[in-house]
Amino acid sequence: MSDPIKINEKCVFCGACVKACPFGAITQTERKTVPVIDLMKCTLCGACVASCKFDAIWMKEKSAATIDLSSFKDVWVFAEQHDGVIQSITFELLGEGRKLADSLGMKLCAVLLGSNVQKQTAELIARGADKVYLVDRPALEHFQDESYANVLIDLVKRHKPNVFLCGASTIGRSLVSRVAVRVNAGLTADCTALAIDPKTLNLLQTRPAFGGNIMATIETPNARPQMATVRHKVMKEADVNPAHKGEVSMETIAEVLLHSKARRLKFVPETETTMNIAEANIIVSGGRGLQTAENFALLRELADVIGAGVGASRAAVDSNWIPYSHQVGQTGKTVCPKIYIAAGISGQIQHLAGMQSSDIIVAINKDADAPIFKVATYGIVGDLFEILPLLTQQFRKVLGK
Amino acid sequence: MRYVVCIKQVPETTDVKINPETNTLMRDGVAAIINPFDMYAIEEGLRLKAKTGGTVTVLSMGPPQADAALREAISMGADDGILLSDRAFAGSDTWATSYTLAMAIRKIGAFDIILCGKQASDGDTAQVGPGIAIHLDLPQITYVRKIESIDEKTIVAERLMENGYEVIQAPLPCVLTVVKEINEPRLPSLKGKLAAKKAVITTWKAADLQCDPKCIGLEGSPTKVVKIFTPPARQGGEMLKGEPSEIVPQLIAKLKDAILGAAN
Ligand SMILES: Cc1cc2nc3c(=O)[nH]c(=O)nc-3n(C[C@H](O)[C@H](O)[C@H](O)COP(=O)(O)OP(=O)(O)OC[C@H]3O[C@@H](n4cnc5c(N)ncnc54)[C@H](O)[C@@H]3O)c2cc1C
Ligand SMILES: Nc1ncnc2c1ncn2[C@@H]1O[C@H](COP(=O)(O)O)[C@@H](O)[C@H]1O
Repeated sequence: MSDPIKINEKCVFCGACVKACPFGAITQTERKTVPVIDLMKCTLCGACVASCKFDAIWMKEKSAATIDLSSFKDVWVFAEQHDGVIQSITFELLGEGRKLADSLGMKLCAVLLGSNVQKQTAELIARGADKVYLVDRPALEHFQDESYANVLIDLVKRHKPNVFLCGASTIGRSLVSRVAVRVNAGLTADCTALAIDPKTLNLLQTRPAFGGNIMATIETPNARPQMATVRHKVMKEADVNPAHKGEVSMETIAEVLLHSKARRLKFVPETETTMNIAEANIIVSGGRGLQTAENFALLRELADVIGAGVGASRAAVDSNWIPYSHQVGQTGKTVCPKIYIAAGISGQIQHLAGMQSSDIIVAINKDADAPIFKVATYGIVGDLFEILPLLTQQFRKVLGK
Repeated sequence: MRYVVCIKQVPETTDVKINPETNTLMRDGVAAIINPFDMYAIEEGLRLKAKTGGTVTVLSMGPPQADAALREAISMGADDGILLSDRAFAGSDTWATSYTLAMAIRKIGAFDIILCGKQASDGDTAQVGPGIAIHLDLPQITYVRKIESIDEKTIVAERLMENGYEVIQAPLPCVLTVVKEINEPRLPSLKGKLAAKKAVITTWKAADLQCDPKCIGLEGSPTKVVKIFTPPARQGGEMLKGEPSEIVPQLIAKLKDAILGAAN
């Protein structure tokens, strides 16, 4: 196979492409030589082609779409439910999906899989769904990767959605990764912004990469549906409008598709704390500065009073002060709450990767040079053992608890 | 039992910045390492092998330099390494990457468990593991935090969910993606380091895998990056000064509305 990108004889060695390459894939050893593209680093983003004033860079055009893109209609949202309860991420997807559907002049549809979940369709319609595709079968009571994916693949092939959004939750990411492969769709993970390109009508999907240090905008020009998972707590929930009208389409599914080789034997809820940090609007997080497992009680008390979830740095998790499911950061969870309070956390880059997009960050640290202060909206240089109890006590008064 | 662990070579830190003048990624001098989550996948492969016997093969798609990642895995105790390296793979997104890895796993042939990290620290997608599973039509258990039992036919593992964990049983072969909680990766042994030095890394190109040219590299990648930019920099904000008894009321005044708002 020939190279997908080449610099040809029109090159005047100006080096503009070397500078333009976001991936450092183009190098020029000496001034009067044709730059060399390292194809292993190159992502074929085309930045160099655009930068070249001499039309000297040729990039293979991707083959045009082999499918009829115009036959794909509507914006779909996967309605994630646990034990029949529609998860809040679904309402966020409906809020965002509404805008996209309106700019495309298409319908907003929800896809609900479960057992005995017919009642919940009303909730989805009140949140803006014009249509709900419902697959209500005992075999779908709980999420199962294979059967859920099979059903979605079948529905996508039959009804051809243009856009398909899903929460970037454990379930969402496990599920739609399978679906996208089977329906030959592009899938963009963990998006934080979505928009429709007014010219091409393509979905512009913006997401953080490298732990949030850079952002990338991605599109899927030649494939449909345009699939994306969306980060929790970034988009605004759709309002409830009981007057909104929508239809419910009961879908029949072949029995074989409901079969899963893997089986869920049981679910064990976490007992440590009640609040799941991915869902929490407020998180109070502790690090090595807390010194012991027992001291996490200081955070839990504050969390109780202000209605927060409890997070932790890796140092605290590795010391077994709190379970791993609470770890925030590169090797833990990425969270995006309204308020993130970090106590006794230094703010190493791997921790920041998981929380720096929070709306308000409060840092409590006795070291004035701690890197966490560089991202903090409000910084307090002080001893957390003094500050936290005071905060809890005074919040209790102010909030009347 | 044959265990295949998929590992990706990534820049050592996620602290990449964009040079504001040239708008390019600055990652000069950043060393390449094995993706942190993949270290747990390697370790779990080695632990499973210790339990059931068999071999651990590490597999990576990447530039020739990814050879070093495979050797590091061998120094930890993996038996052999396979590198998928070909210009034709350039521009692969997760669709094409999972296809290519799946084709290589097909060629490997007899395998029982494929282990991946939960996600790679550069792209953070968590899509390649499940992608491999569906390309091979296999069951998957993602976000594995513990393997409860394994025998020739079945595995039982715990999957970490947002609010607890699921216990899932799957027949083999099966794809697993693992989280950090699962284990503590070992350091290379002296013997392992010697083995790594001597190891012959098998290299396969697209033609060796009988890949459909339409499914690899740029052509096989439905997604296209159209723009890369730096997120609006977070300004270090306001430092609250004074004694704790003065600071706390200040902070409460600033947060109160946000907290009441967040409750709704
Ligand atoms: C591959 C890799 C992945 C990683 N992934 C993650 C991740 O996902 N999440 C994560 O958090 N880390 C991660 N880390 C680790 C990260 O680099 C840091 O080591 C870790 O975040 C430090 O935790 P800490 O801030 O609690 O501890 P420290 O860095 O030790 O900081 C403790 C802070 O507490 C302050 N302090 C102490 N006592 C008090 C007191 N009484 N009052 C107020 N302040 C006090 C100190 O001044 C200090 O700043 C990762 C590292 C690597 C190499
Ligand atoms: N190029 C690659 N070579 C080998 N394994 C990979 C590659 N890319 C991704 N993986 C595997 O897939 C997992 C998830 O990666 P990602 O979907 O990119 O976040 C990683 O932890 C690896 O186990």
